Amino acid sequence: MKKHALASVFKRYFATITVSVVGATLMVACATVDKPLNTLSVLKASFAERGPAKMDRLEQNEMQRVCSQAEMTGKAVDDKTKTRIETALYKDIPYPADGKYTGDWKLGERIAQDGTGLQFSDRIGAPSGANCYACHQIAPQEISYGTLGPSLYKYGVIRGVKDPNSKDSEAIVKYTWARLWNTHSVNLCSNMPRFGDAGILTTAQVKDVMALLLDPASPVNK
Amino acid sequence: MKLINPLASINKAQAALLIIALTAFASVAFAQPKSAQDAINDYRASLQDGNPADLNAARGEALWKTKAGPKNATLEACDLGLGAGKVKGAVGVLPRYFADTNKVMDAESRLVHCMVTLQGMKQEDFHARNFTSGAGQKATVIEDLVAYIYDESRGVAINVPQSHPMEKASYARGKEVFYFKGGTHDFSCATCHNQDDKRIRMQGLPNLTGPGKGSQDAFAQWPAYRVSQGGLRTMQWRMQDCLRGQRMPELQYLSQTSVDLITFMGVNAQGGKMAAPALKR
Repeated sequence: MKKHALASVFKRYFATITVSVVGATLMVACATVDKPLNTLSVLKASFAERGPAKMDRLEQNEMQRVCSQAEMTGKAVDDKTKTRIETALYKDIPYPADGKYTGDWKLGERIAQDGTGLQFSDRIGAPSGANCYACHQIAPQEISYGTLGPSLYKYGVIRGVKDPNSKDSEAIVKYTWARLWNTHSVNLCSNMPRFGDAGILTTAQVKDVMALLLDPASPVNK
Repeated sequence: MKLINPLASINKAQAALLIIALTAFASVAFAQPKSAQDAINDYRASLQDGNPADLNAARGEALWKTKAGPKNATLEACDLGLGAGKVKGAVGVLPRYFADTNKVMDAESRLVHCMVTLQGMKQEDFHARNFTSGAGQKATVIEDLVAYIYDESRGVAINVPQSHPMEKASYARGKEVFYFKGGTHDFSCATCHNQDDKRIRMQGLPNLTGPGKGSQDAFAQWPAYRVSQGGLRTMQWRMQDCLRGQRMPELQYLSQTSVDLITFMGVNAQGGKMAAPALKR
């Protein structure tokens, strides 16, 4: 981006503003010249690390960068870039070494309800929830659910999952794992966090959420 | 200043009973989730008559006119943009460029500027940890003064300027930050605020991407009294708390990015009318 190439120019420009005492005319001159934005440097100067939220949260990865641009401009990420990044992310997904994809749906329900973790106000190292209900309908007993994501009620039943451990269900189970682990590997600019890839949830927690969605005994599939 | 409604003094036990009653109503309405939403709307509407922010504004007005600080001066000579001492209408045209500081400033930045220049307070004493009161705790001086300044502009048309190059740059940066995905959760402001008629849990989400009712209402109604926090919360706090939820580091009080985001929202709110401090969940 143009921004990066001109970073040093901005630095000099702002140094001028900060230290100048008699430079009022100079500042007016600078301010009236049409110049590229300095958003990144301003952004970094506007935050401070606190608790678990360090300054590296402001360092965008490629997915974050291209998706931010796409949303702001209304121009979708081009197919070639989209496929390249999705493929690379998909290749990085670790599947459970023990071949077991589902845990305890009751624990999964708790994780789906819990919205804490990794905020600057949270304790460092405290376990995170996934806050699934913020955006999705899931078990029908919970009526306080958000609508940013699709309804996941009957997720397993609709997809014909009778036994998540069977060979018949392998494709949908692995797809669901990929969605939870790193949703951007399937849908680049999805609004959903990459729960496994970003270390928001542990592998065991991802398995519990998998059970909430796929276990025939889960209220989601009743 | 409106007269203070006696309902404003509703105590905790009464509030708990009300919540229980509402929960019961929501459960009865279980088969029709829309009715649960209606119940919440009714609850919010019932609170609007007794906004405790009126108390903050009354205290704020007294603080405004009381001598304080090393210079033992009042804030009555403060220029919020419409000239020294003119409070009414000021926040409808903020943030804006100020020649005396060569900065685009929002209402809180300008208020603090006045406290520093007129009263001799120290700029470095105004930072993230001390401008917000704890939940249910005594309001800070900033919170009360902010309530007063905004209360004086109820009904004023929102017309945040875009004539100075620095005002334009502030808007453009604010827009980039609004769409900036980052952190562990890949969230940006736009993640939750780029569509109409969406919600998180039961909380409706305004569309803040550009001009429209979502932007107008959001800008018009902040600062606000937050029932869930038991206190008045400022626009600077609102920006920081949204970014906290996004898992970003701590947005610094009066920082350039906070002003840029408020500029972005304010310009998009053109055509709305100030209605702050409002009463919120």
